[in-house]
This record gives sequence, structure tokens and C-alpha cells, in this order.
Amino acid sequence: MTPQSNFMVLATVDPSREAELRELLESMNDAPGRVNPNNALIPFAEFDTLHVARLLILDDLTVADVRVHGLPPASYPLYLTFLGDIDGDVSAFLGKLIKRASKGLSAIFSCCEGFTPDTDLAVWMKEHTAPAIANYVNCRGRTVRQVREEAALREAVENHLATHAVAFQQMPPRELHTKLREFMHGEESAGRLTVSSESPTPLRWQIGNLLHMLGLPLLVLLAAPLLMVLAPFYLIALRRMEKTDLEVCPTVDQKHTEDLSRLEDHDVTNQFSAMGSLKPGVVRLLTTMGVLMTVNWGARHIVRPGRLGRIRTIHFARWVFLDGRKRMVFFSNYDGSVESYMDDFINKTGFGLNASFSNGIGYPRTNWLVLEGCADERKYKEFLRRHTVPTPVWYKAYPGLTAIDLERNTRLRRGLESSYLGEEEAREWVALL
Amino acid sequence: MGGAAMKSGEVDYADVQGLVRFGYKRMTKASYALVRVKAAVAARAWLRSAPVTSAVTLDPPPKTALHVAFTAPGLRALGVAESVIADFSHEFRDGMAEESRARQLGDVEGNAPKWWDWGGGAGEPHLAVMFFAEPGCFEAFVQSAKGTAWTEAFEVLRILGTADMDGIEPFGFADGVSQPQLDWEQQRETTHAEFAYTNIVALGEFLLGYPNEYGKLTDRPLLDPDTATAELLPAEDAPGKKDLGRNGTYLVIRQLDQDVRKFWQFVHQQSGGDAAETEKLAAAMVGRTRDGDPLVPVQDTPIPGVEQKPEQIRQNQFTFDQDPAGSRCPFGAHVRRANPRNPDYPGRPTSLLKKLVTMLGFGPRGFRDDLMSSVRFHRILRRGREYGRELKPEDALAPTPPDDPPRGLHFICLNANISRQFEFLQGAWMASTKFSGLTGESDPLLGTRHPIPGCPVTDDFTLPTEGGLRRRITGLPQFVTVRGGAYFFLPSLRALRYIAGRGNA
Repeated sequence: MTPQSNFMVLATVDPSREAELRELLESMNDAPGRVNPNNALIPFAEFDTLHVARLLILDDLTVADVRVHGLPPASYPLYLTFLGDIDGDVSAFLGKLIKRASKGLSAIFSCCEGFTPDTDLAVWMKEHTAPAIANYVNCRGRTVRQVREEAALREAVENHLATHAVAFQQMPPRELHTKLREFMHGEESAGRLTVSSESPTPLRWQIGNLLHMLGLPLLVLLAAPLLMVLAPFYLIALRRMEKTDLEVCPTVDQKHTEDLSRLEDHDVTNQFSAMGSLKPGVVRLLTTMGVLMTVNWGARHIVRPGRLGRIRTIHFARWVFLDGRKRMVFFSNYDGSVESYMDDFINKTGFGLNASFSNGIGYPRTNWLVLEGCADERKYKEFLRRHTVPTPVWYKAYPGLTAIDLERNTRLRRGLESSYLGEEEAREWVALL
Repeated sequence: MGGAAMKSGEVDYADVQGLVRFGYKRMTKASYALVRVKAAVAARAWLRSAPVTSAVTLDPPPKTALHVAFTAPGLRALGVAESVIADFSHEFRDGMAEESRARQLGDVEGNAPKWWDWGGGAGEPHLAVMFFAEPGCFEAFVQSAKGTAWTEAFEVLRILGTADMDGIEPFGFADGVSQPQLDWEQQRETTHAEFAYTNIVALGEFLLGYPNEYGKLTDRPLLDPDTATAELLPAEDAPGKKDLGRNGTYLVIRQLDQDVRKFWQFVHQQSGGDAAETEKLAAAMVGRTRDGDPLVPVQDTPIPGVEQKPEQIRQNQFTFDQDPAGSRCPFGAHVRRANPRNPDYPGRPTSLLKKLVTMLGFGPRGFRDDLMSSVRFHRILRRGREYGRELKPEDALAPTPPDDPPRGLHFICLNANISRQFEFLQGAWMASTKFSGLTGESDPLLGTRHPIPGCPVTDDFTLPTEGGLRRRITGLPQFVTVRGGAYFFLPSLRALRYIAGRGNA
């Protein structure tokens, strides 16, 4: 298995060059919301291990909200960020990226502070890396190559079925499976189809993963006595804050929603970037860290492939702290429109949403951290839209394919690779066609 | 999930426009005037004297009805303050034809607002004035309702005429078979998870100012009390504020041209000319027979909100639980897309432990399990009417005569939250090529068949079979074309008087 990894470059924009930078980003698109995959600056399509990538300016419209906690707004720098999710090792990918796109990257980064014509790109990017505190991958091990091969396999099988519709129509599932298996092997030997077998999982990653799996429970176990002593104090403090923290959920400015929606619904998948400030105090910070570390651990070791709780529409998601954990930014890639995304979250995994976002300033009031909150639909949707940041450049390696499509195609391929399917298995498999 | 439900006071039917409560089946004559305000003073005067019908039941029932609804530019033209308009929902203010919204609704290519007969660009109506009457008194009613101020007040953009097709929509299928039942008495506990499908829907989904399915109030303008707002009802969730939305709702109109000939000719050809097969395929695309019967067996246990009358039981006492493989009613069938009839959780996890297991993603693991949203947040109340000359399916196979008039449906629906109800239904369920694990097909009746990036084919229709290979119809033409559309606010009678009273002494 080739595990996925991710990168994120975060750099302060030189205020005098912000307009120029925005224009550069715009130049990477064919039209607003439609990236040119072969654009001159970063030809995304040339990197065959890149799933999704985006560039945006983290322009936080909600900095002044901290006033509801009686604090003056901080003056944060304006950041440019460039992030992506990839197959395999990050440094290998960045090496290839720099080799192919050094000119474009330099043009973009030269609009940031501390980047001069003689800056070493690789060193600079490494220095400007922002690590994620939590990360979600829809299906660990599914590479871009696999996605494309499986999509091609499905297409070939469907075309084959279409041309021989009469012969296949009444065929029992197991016989149909055998015939299509023969077809696949025939196409493979003729060189018209490639179905690569899984690459071996890197040993280093396996060891790291095992340690990661054991790490969090071990830490919790060790800290258990202390946590138990602190728990009542923590709960009292949390409950007190929950009852008094103010909500900031005004109706979003119409221009802001239009700026966002202009960039949405150009593909079956959409990007989502949202940021905001954490509520002040150590209780909120520790809660956020605890929740996100749990999410990260659970997403990696517990959840079923293709799911995040009940949600099956997220390809990749990431939470990142900014400015010494004063602010947080969340990125995701989800299928469908933003309205259905928000509804899905409220109705299917409201508890997770509340736990991870209710420590943000102004979030609709929660009850015991996981209850209520986003169930106040109107407030929640305005809150989320208000914190959403426009993402001018967004790339996905497989337009037109949803996470469900990817799952279907993987199930189809796995079925075709099995030499034997039972009656029931064959029936379920044929229903995927 | 969610806080305690708030119970609101009894509904004052005299304040609600009757269209929310009644479909006016006996008033078979109807037309909708889409107008622009020519002179605001005259328009307000007309509105003050217009005999708008309330939802009060009368004995004998009235023979006529009049309703008025406003677009955001319409409110503006009548002098409603920007600060008030700004408190209406985003989608109402943007309008249906706004580019990003149109893209999300699937109104692209041939369906794009720039081609519309009305509703896009300069053709945006300010008001929809809807006239209903029993035969015989229609013309006289329209004349008297318009009165003398009408011509001075309004410029008529378009008159949407309707035709009485006896409850059959132009393709030949029984129309309006399934409607949500509004919880007028506010008996339903909305904040609890629903483990079984219910057809009773919280009043707040269809009327502003009442708790919705989340047990919350939908956003709407709340005004400061002054002489202008004196008559408005107080807001339940904001003490000291006046509720402009209460007892009002949003009204969506879309003019949908239906190519009846193309539909039946295509289905006939796909069925090799066999009459029974033609009928079967058409029913599979719709998800009901032409009489309105579902393709899945009805269940023995009653469904809340489905009346225990033989016709209602026969037509609506069913869910798709009986058909998990879609072999009786295809997943992509029109009615299965429009209302998948599923509750909040798959597999009825009634114990707390099972619920938790499901919530964390360890419930059913089949490919199609738990793909759908809870339907109770996405219901609409339909009030559409047909237009054009009726064409029987039998006659639709004949070649198109040169003077064939257009026919179709003035689709009208009511909902309190356009984006979560109408737009969700249209975008995520009708227009989506990815509905319910499908790919490469949108709604068999409404879809545009317009290719999307990475998905060149969107004109399929899949009929799963029991334990065998699905049947796939390819090359579906576009049968329905959008000719116009807009979002309106259907105010309460109190709010109507507020709007009509703006800027006047």
C-alpha cells in the first residue's frame, strides 16, 4: 500500500504585492472556479501522485470577533497558503514539484516576505511548512494511479457490456463475473488496460503507524490519574463557558456569499476552506487539541475506509493551527453543494462538528460540547459561511468522480480480481454495474 | 440532537394566504399575472384594496381566490427599506437566475436563465398575482379583482395561463399524488431522531415564524416596533421585535415546457414499439403508473400523515425499504429522487448503542447504505398547474404538426427555506448525476443531459433487475425545458398590509 501524505506551505504576503499575487493566482484558472490543470505556473496535471491542491490567501474576516471576549483584535499577517494531498513521501514530491515548476513557484512566492531571487526554493518551502493537527484521508492507500486505472477499467467493462448487451442481459451473476474477468484479462494482455497490483507498504511507515496507533492510548493511559483528578474542574469550567460564551452568527454579507458561490459547483466535488480564532484560555485550547488529536487518531486507525462517521462524501480534510494556536484553519474536499455538505454534517455527524468547531469564537451555543450547537441550523450555516475563505485556485486530479464513484470502482476492481465469488457476493457485485 | 422544541401559539388562519392550506381543486380556472410595478403609489393602493384570500375555511367554500407574492426587486420597487429586504434569505435576495445559483440548480446550457421567456435579466417580475376561480366566474373575478388601479399600477410582463387537465400532468401521469401533511396543530416533536418515515412535517417548514424540523425558527425580517409595524405579530424568538415573516412563506415558480411527443416517442422506440413495454418503461422513469400507483408494494402499517383512506393507502402508504435493490422502482426514478422516503438513520437503530455505532460509521456497510439525507428536511408543498393543450400519450406518437402549441407545467412550490428545500431537491436530487450512488444520469424527466467535466455521459437511465445485470437505457433526450422562474415572498395578510402601506400617508 502506498500511504498518502500532505504538504502545506504558509507564508506572509508582502502587503505591497497582494494585488499582484491575486492576479497571479487568477491566471492559473480558465475561468473563476475552473483551474487550468496545465497552467504555466504550476501544471498540476503533470504530477501523477497529486490528488488535490489549492492556493489561497487566508483573509480572515472575523478577526474582530474576539471583542465578544473583551479582547482587542490582534493584527495578524495576511498569509498565502499552498497545500495538497499526495501519494507517498512529501519530500520526494516536493523535489519533483520544484524541478518542474520552480519558475512558477518563485513567481508566486516572490510576492511573500523573505523570498528573494536567490532564495533556495526547497529550503524556503521547508521552512514555511505548516503541519496539520488532524488529517483525514477517505481511503488510505488509494493512489491517483489506482483511481485512474479503476475508472478506465469500469469504463471498459461498461462499454463491453453495452456492445454485447443481449448476450449479458439474462446471464446469472456468477457467470457474468467469470466472463467479465476473462474480458479484463484479455484487455490486460492486449495492453489496452492496466490494473497494477498494490505496491509494498514502506516499512518505515508501518513502524510509524504502529507507534502512532499505540501512542495516543498510551498517553491517555499514563495521564489517566491526572485526567481523572482534573476532570471535574475541567467540566465545571467548560460548562460555565458554554453558558456564557457569546454567539457571533450574523447574516453573512451578500457579496461574500456571492464571492464564495462563484467558485463553487464547477465539478461534482467542491473545495472548502474556513478559518477563525479560538476562544481565549487554556481550557478551550486543550479541548481543541484533545478533540483534534482524537479525530486524527480515529480517522487513521479506527474509521472504515470511505467514511468519516456517517459521511461518505469527503475526499481529504485537514485542520491546521495558525499564529501560535490562536487561530485555526480547516480545509476539505467534499462532494455535492455546500448546502448539502452543511446539512449532512448537521444531520449525520453534528456531535463531531460541535466538538471540533465549538471552541471557535462565536460558534452557536453547545451543550456538553457535542450537543445542540450546529443543530441551530440557521446560526450554524451563517457562522460557517462567514468563516469560509474564497479558494481561488483548486485542483482535483479526477474531475467528475465523487468519493462514492471511487468506492464503486474499487469494489468493481476487487470483484474482478477475485477468482471466485459466492452467489450472494456475485449478486452484490453485479449490482455495482 | 437539538434543543427543546418551542411550541407556538395557534395559527391565525385569517392571517395566512389560503394557498398554503388549499390547492383549490374545484377552482379549475387559474392564471398567474407576472407584473412589474409601474407606479408605486398606485400599486400600493391596489394592494390595499385587493381581495386576497385567507386560509379560513368557509361554508360554502369560496368560488374564487386571489394571491399575491413579491420578488426582492418587487419589494424594493414598492418602497420596502433595504435594511428590511436584507433580512430575507440569501437565495430570495439573489433570485433564481443568479449565475452561481443557476449552475447549482442545473439551469445551464439550454436551460440557462439567459434563454428564459421571463425571470432572467430585464424580464424579472416584481409580483406574481394569482387568480383562481370555478368555471363560469373566472373572467368576471379577474376583472373585479384588478379593479381600476391595476393598469396604472402595473406593467404586465407575462400572463401564465393554465389548463385544467383533470389532475393529469402533460406526460399523462396523475399529478400531485404525494404531498407532505402540515402539522397545523403543532403536535409533532421535531427534535427527536425519526427512525421511520413520516409524512407529517413541522409547520415551520412551510410557514415562517413557527418551529421547523430542527425545532428552530427560519430566518426572516424582524422589525422594530413603530407605527408602520403596529399591526404585525410579535416575533416568538425575539421579544420586542415585530415578525414580518410570520404566517408568510416563500413561493417558487418555474415554467417547465414538456415535450410530450419526444417523451412518448423515445419510450416507445426503446420498447420496440410494444405498448405494454412502453407503459412499463414510462412508469419506471416516473416511479409510478399513470394512475399514480407506486411500483413498490404498500406496507401494512400506516405511515403518519398518510390518510387512512383507500386511495391514499394505495398511493402513499409505502417506502423504498421494500425495494433496497431498486429492482421494482429504479433508484433514479423521478418520484424516488423527489422523495426517497427515508428516515434519519438507516436500519432503524432504536437502541442507544446501535445508534452510536451507526453514528460513528460502523452501521450498515453495503455500497448504497446511508447515502441519502433525511428527507424530512427537504420537503416541498406543490401547488403547480398545467398549461397548454392536452395531448394523450396515444396521440403523442404521431408526427409533430407545424402549429403544435407548447405545453407543460407551471411548477409552484411553497417552502420556508428555499435553499434547504426547493434548491436542495432540485440540485442534489433532481439535477445531480450522482444521486444515490448512480453515475451518468440525472432525473429521467427533468434532466438536461448536459455533460459535466470528467463525466461526458449524463443521459443514461438505469433499471436494476433482481439478481441480474441492470438494464441501461442510453441517449435520453432532454424532455423538459425551463422557460422561466423566480423566487417570491408570499406574505401574511398583515405583512401584505405593511408592504402596501409603505411610504404612504
